[in-house]
Amino acid sequence: MLSIQNLEAKIDNKNILNGLNLNINPGEVHAIMGPNGSGKSTLANVLSGKNGYETKGQIKFNGENLGELTTEERAQKGIFLAFQYPLEIPGVNTNIFLRTSLNAVRKAKGEKEIDTLSFLKLIKEKASELGIDEKFLSRQLNVGFSGGEKKKNEILQMKLLQPKLSILDETDSGLDIDALRIVADGVNSYKNKDNAFLIITHYQRLLDYIRPDFIHVLSNGKIAKTGGSELGIELEKTGYANIG
Amino acid sequence: MKTEDLKNTQEYKYGFTTEVENIRAPKGLNEETIKFISKIKKEPKWMLDWRLKAYNRLKALKEPNWQKPKYPKINYQDLYYYSAPKSASEKPKSLDEIDPKILETYKKLGIPLVEQQRLNGIAVDAVFDSVSVATTFKDELTKKGIIFCSISEAIQKHPELVKKYLGSVIPLSDHYFATLNSAVFTDGSFVYIPPNTRCPMELSTYFRINASETGQFERTLIIADKGSYVSYLEGCTAPMRDENQLHAANVELVALDDAEIKYSTVQNWYPGDKNGVGGIYNFVTKRGACRGKNSKISWTQVETGSAITWKYPSCILQGDNSVGEFYSIAITNNFQKADTGTKMIHLGKNTKSKIISKGISAGNADNMYRGLVDIKNKASNSRNYTQCDSLLMGNKCGAHTVPYIKNNNATSTIEHEATTTKINEDQLYYCNQRGLDQEEAVSLIVNGFCKEVLQQLPMEFAVEAQKLVSISLEGSVG
Ligand SMILES: Nc1ncnc2c1ncn2[C@@H]1O[C@H](COP(=O)(O)OP(=O)(O)OP(=O)(O)O)[C@@H](O)[C@H]1O
Ligand SMILES: [Mg+2]
Repeated sequence: MLSIQNLEAKIDNKNILNGLNLNINPGEVHAIMGPNGSGKSTLANVLSGKNGYETKGQIKFNGENLGELTTEERAQKGIFLAFQYPLEIPGVNTNIFLRTSLNAVRKAKGEKEIDTLSFLKLIKEKASELGIDEKFLSRQLNVGFSGGEKKKNEILQMKLLQPKLSILDETDSGLDIDALRIVADGVNSYKNKDNAFLIITHYQRLLDYIRPDFIHVLSNGKIAKTGGSELGIELEKTGYANIG
Repeated sequence: MKTEDLKNTQEYKYGFTTEVENIRAPKGLNEETIKFISKIKKEPKWMLDWRLKAYNRLKALKEPNWQKPKYPKINYQDLYYYSAPKSASEKPKSLDEIDPKILETYKKLGIPLVEQQRLNGIAVDAVFDSVSVATTFKDELTKKGIIFCSISEAIQKHPELVKKYLGSVIPLSDHYFATLNSAVFTDGSFVYIPPNTRCPMELSTYFRINASETGQFERTLIIADKGSYVSYLEGCTAPMRDENQLHAANVELVALDDAEIKYSTVQNWYPGDKNGVGGIYNFVTKRGACRGKNSKISWTQVETGSAITWKYPSCILQGDNSVGEFYSIAITNNFQKADTGTKMIHLGKNTKSKIISKGISAGNADNMYRGLVDIKNKASNSRNYTQCDSLLMGNKCGAHTVPYIKNNNATSTIEHEATTTKINEDQLYYCNQRGLDQEEAVSLIVNGFCKEVLQQLPMEFAVEAQKLVSISLEGSVG
């Protein structure tokens, strides 16, 4: 589904990614761990097409060259990023944002726009699965949401848009114990043989709930080590000192 | 995201010209021109005298110069003050006598005038350069005693009302442009709602500038008698030209006891091109008097067009318990400039005013909110709430807020809040990541920003206005 070859990324003349390779197949869950500043969010941004990076190397998504696509085209083709720091957009009603977004994705797929009533039914259902109070949906997008509420709202959007590749950037940071479980359940219930996950995290506890097929350690802009789900437990004990 | 520009700005959709044969007054501002206008409109002598009085006062006045947007000197002797399609100069006419080209023009503008295609529930007065060419639904309104016609017609048919109220809100020598208008005004709408009558439909005037080198001097007068209600909307467009054209309007509203006037404007005059060439100078005096107790005047404006917009729709709250409101969206893009806001003058007791202003600036544009809240010493227990929000797109545009506040009554309160925000790249990236393209993202954010004002518009126009807001900002984020 995703194949990254020799990816380099530079911003303001600073090298952040230095020849990164990664392959993700449908049905797989990959976790990325690594020290602060090692380039994890940068990788997520480059994959979703954020402006401002100078990149080299190749990223293919379902056979298509990602470098030629805009951020919204990538999103429409099924790349979803749950942000480490979700943005607040004052004045924009959450429901309207979600519906506009869903319709943009549907339109790109050649599907019909969803009408207001069907949308409200759908979103109510998805919100209740995540224990999100309906009242949040009529508030301004992320404005005044607590850290955890913002993260849940990201997962709600993931479940709504049904992406092929979901990149979760530290979605677990800031979640309380119950919320962590709810979010993990949300991911697990969405997971199937056709979609894939790239989960950026600092903590093994999320990986206790969502068992990854692979754990990669990012260090100095490269994948320094790859292992199975046991690698997380090992890192928890030893830290990153011996890697990279 | 690709860095290439957005699909470039849509051309101004209303920029076409209609080829009609015109009757014009000779160029220049002088007594002859004024007499020409008065004569062609078959005005009574008192009207001509009133105009000439204004003209004499004008000679002693100077153009104001305190506003932020400066403009090159206007040569008033090089303008036409009256231009009308020849076919429309013999008013009043029935609809089937109107030049098909003019009907076609309004149809293209989305304002069909002929019976079968009329907008439901909206009566329209169509003003083309210096004349009103048609007013729809007149008969239905007449049955209720409502008068809705051109001001020219009102001067002939309802002189007692015109004499009583014209100039009663904007005095003859108020300031340069208002006085100029009093001398040379050509057409506009007249509305009278009789006591205890709720006007059953939206009344609206559609102003179209067509001829070149011509100033448009609109005059509108709306009177809501005791216990009545009316909602009125005006729209404006003009052809694309390299020259700057002047639209200097006077609008007067009078609300008597327990009456309410809701006045909405969707202003989409030609804004000039991307480099700031051409466009309308929209220098307008709008003032409403809440003359009776418990009366209410509410101004809503969506200002997206014009090279320069310079106006302060105001309320004089004379009656006790009267209410004034001002809801404004002013959008400036490219090289457009706006200096707009309101004046709320509290004279009566328990008077309330509310000001919600949303300024949006993009490109190289400059957007100024300027407003006065003046609570006089007899206006006890009065209140004002003002909120001014500015939204900036890019680094080359400007936003300014200049509130003037005077409170001479210790029992009264004035509250003022102001914010300035910038649409930032990260918000747009977030929207893009959710599948929205640049335009959809900007439109969503901007419409969210203006929501409080858009909600004030009559339903039929809110959707249009929302689209207009998005279109006028197209291409402003690269
Ligand atoms: N615009 C920029 N200009 C200069 N340096 C930048 C810029 N953006 C990011 N960086 C740097 O790139 C490095 C990688 O940042 P990134 O956000 O990808 O790290 P991360 O692995 O996600 O860290 P964390 O675990 O703290 O979230 C950091 O050192 C950061 O300071
Ligand atoms: Mg990060």
